[in-house]
Amino acid sequence: MNETPAIELRGINKSFGPVHANKDIDLVVKKGSIHGIIGENGAGKSTLMSILYGFYHADDGDILVNGKKVTIADSKAAIGMGIGMVHQHFMLVDNFSVLENIVLGAEDSAMLAGGLDRARIELKRLEEEYELRVDPDALIQDLPVGLQQRVEILKALYRSAEVLILDEPTGVLTPPEADHLFKILEVLKNEGKTILLITHKLREIMAATDSVSVMRRGEMVATRETRNTSMEELAELMVGRSVLLRVDKKPAVAAEPVMQVENLSVTDQRGVQVVKDVSFSVRAGEIVGIAGVSGNGQSELLETLAGIRRATGGTLRINGETIDLGTSTLDAADMRAKSMGHVPEDRHRMGLINSFAEYENSILGYHRDPAYSSGLLMNIAAIKENAVAEIEKYDIRPPNPMLKTASFSGGNQQKIVLAREIERDPDVLLVGQPTRGVDIGAIEFIHSRLVELRDAGKGILLVSVELDEIRALADRILVMFDGRIVGERGANADEGELGLLMAGVEDQAKMSVEGSAR
Amino acid sequence: MFETLILILDSTVRLSTPLLLACLAGLYSERSGVVDIGLEGKMLGAAFGAGAVAYVTANAWLGLLAGIGVSVALGLLHGFASISNRGNQIVSGVAINFLAAGLTALLGQTWFRQGGRTPALPEGGRFRDIVWPYAEQLRDVPVIGPLYSELLSGHNILVYAGFIAVPLTWWVLFRTRFGLRLRAVGENPAAVDTAGISVAWLRYRAVIACGILCGFAGAYLSIAQGAGFGVNMTAGKGFIALAALIFAKWRPASAMFACLLFGFLDAVAIRMQGQEVPGIGEIPVQFFQALPYILTVILLAGFIGKAVPPKAAGIPYLKERS
Ligand SMILES: Nc1ncnc2c1ncn2[C@@H]1O[C@H](COP(=O)(O)OP(=O)(O)OP(=O)(O)O)[C@@H](O)[C@H]1O
Ligand SMILES: [Mg+2]
Repeated sequence: MNETPAIELRGINKSFGPVHANKDIDLVVKKGSIHGIIGENGAGKSTLMSILYGFYHADDGDILVNGKKVTIADSKAAIGMGIGMVHQHFMLVDNFSVLENIVLGAEDSAMLAGGLDRARIELKRLEEEYELRVDPDALIQDLPVGLQQRVEILKALYRSAEVLILDEPTGVLTPPEADHLFKILEVLKNEGKTILLITHKLREIMAATDSVSVMRRGEMVATRETRNTSMEELAELMVGRSVLLRVDKKPAVAAEPVMQVENLSVTDQRGVQVVKDVSFSVRAGEIVGIAGVSGNGQSELLETLAGIRRATGGTLRINGETIDLGTSTLDAADMRAKSMGHVPEDRHRMGLINSFAEYENSILGYHRDPAYSSGLLMNIAAIKENAVAEIEKYDIRPPNPMLKTASFSGGNQQKIVLAREIERDPDVLLVGQPTRGVDIGAIEFIHSRLVELRDAGKGILLVSVELDEIRALADRILVMFDGRIVGERGANADEGELGLLMAGVEDQAKMSVEGSAR
Repeated sequence: MFETLILILDSTVRLSTPLLLACLAGLYSERSGVVDIGLEGKMLGAAFGAGAVAYVTANAWLGLLAGIGVSVALGLLHGFASISNRGNQIVSGVAINFLAAGLTALLGQTWFRQGGRTPALPEGGRFRDIVWPYAEQLRDVPVIGPLYSELLSGHNILVYAGFIAVPLTWWVLFRTRFGLRLRAVGENPAAVDTAGISVAWLRYRAVIACGILCGFAGAYLSIAQGAGFGVNMTAGKGFIALAALIFAKWRPASAMFACLLFGFLDAVAIRMQGQEVPGIGEIPVQFFQALPYILTVILLAGFIGKAVPPKAAGIPYLKERS
């Protein structure tokens, strides 16, 4: 077959200041195929795709669309060539309706009315054709992320994209939503559209793509036909060494409980009860995983324990001390002082101040520690020394404590937060979504650190929407649904069974024997 | 009593007009994400430009045009600093206020040698009040008469322009492509950029629209309401307009009501000057002058609901960090 490729990149280079994000990249994407792109955090995937979409400009190199050399001056030019992109961080206006977001930039005429009407009709057609249902008049800020992503896809289709770039689309999706997405991609492919898919999940690559390219540290290191490769090979290509795709850990030797939660109830700002009478304990030397579809109270549970959110009732016993959560006024700093570390679910919103330098972020929440501050002045030298040590130990790249955390890739930002919390050696560590948007090399590292912490006799409470992650790490699994803990399972619980519990199907086996017998 | 009320309302309209024009000006700018603390300076510059040119040419329209020219030029300066060079918008706005205050006084003194004032305007150099048809005949009809002939009729054209600008702004903002993009760029410039629209050009257009309206506001002060430019004649109106903008949560109709309220307070203050209020005594003028700010602070403290500014307001758009 000697068809002209839909997209061809030749010798693309791109630097951001000192960071050489793309080095001499070549890439050929066959028309009507799904082409995967994988690579570690910061490998330059998003940058490369943004160049193709005209958001960034390559320093040099050629772009060929349908065999013709083109210059893509801005996104308008890219859209004109039939290229559409769903960005890793959505490009939507939060207080606009779905419809307004879709027509933005493609309004037909200077008056809105006509364009909006046409969009409404066209949207209806697209919705039916691809089963991408979403209320055109809903405001983006009221939609869950899964639907926001739909809007992004509809935006691209509305502009009749022939080449669709999806940058980590499944990072924010629940497994059923992801399945639905892949079905849609399949339909689009069968219509002759070309799809570029970035993901960290090798399973998705194996299941959905026709070919796959691997990037490492700004370079394109390999391209394979998907059917001629394996997860192991891809992982190795990505990281440059062989990677363990599962967690290597010994059975837990759990001792006394370090943290006991009893009858915890939490009401959110809308007045809805989101955590309902939850009780459980975490023992020294074990990892307790909380599984559940996102939005079932796990986040609020974690935040309440961390001292960020107030409970309406319940008690927390930590290290023998009993705290009445209903009346406590302990804040996040107080909880940290009680040797409870917290890796928040959303690193941007709660874990880091992105305009601060790495070294400043490396002591956030511990900045009153006498080692770093004399009460009035910060001990910058000590802070930096500590930051450098953490960077070294956690292989944070680039190894520069002066850099703003905004300039680190997602995986490296996550490592900064983890390093900060783990290195304080807490008795209990609360961890939310530790590997969201993180590449497999870093995942392996993060998982092994958590297991190490466990083996050092600490208690870990892990909240994750990734069932695979929970199953790999946790010694005990609690399933949350609608604010309640609806079941407990052992480490080797059946995936299907957990899935049913997460979906709210009643726990027939009662509280499983192995769980409560412990 | 009714007479007094009509008189107060009439001067409310006159006093609100410059606030309203400046407030709508700020609305365009801030809705696009460019915070404009320089409304005051632009108004002052425009007032001077209008006063000077209207005096020299004896033509109010040329004066207005000059006012707009000065104001747009200052706006472009703000744009150049904050859009093209991604400078701090507050700093740039404050600089424009200083620049305008200093330059108008200096040029005024150099050109006209009257302590910074422009000389009294000749006939034709000032916008005259427009008397509506039958205003005189209807004057004596109860209720309707004074409403028509005092409140509606008998203002200069810039007053009407200010109030027509309200529905017009609403229409532009919510019914046109430009408005959609303008609102979008103030919320999420990256979304606008990836939709294939130039963020910088869009913001420049917003800044120009802001300049034009500020030009009207300044010209109103010196060649419509007043009969010449006086040193620092804006006297903080730009800041009150900014307060009204926040008070109105960046919405055109609410902006009008906020400006009318502030104008009303001003009118009452003038009326109350030197008068005893039974049981309280004389209320200091300063109290009324401070009221707009106090009200805004109360609003910002969350008593009347949250005033959420456009999300990207004040943040320079920068897609490549290095
Ligand atoms: N706008 C920017 N300004 C400066 N540096 C940037 C910018 N965008 C990306 N970088 C840097 O370029 C490199 C490549 O980043 P890119 O976002 O392309 O990685 P990625 O492969 O998409 O990673 P991830 O899997 O975390 O999304 C990183 O070192 C990053 O810090
Ligand atoms: Mg990326």
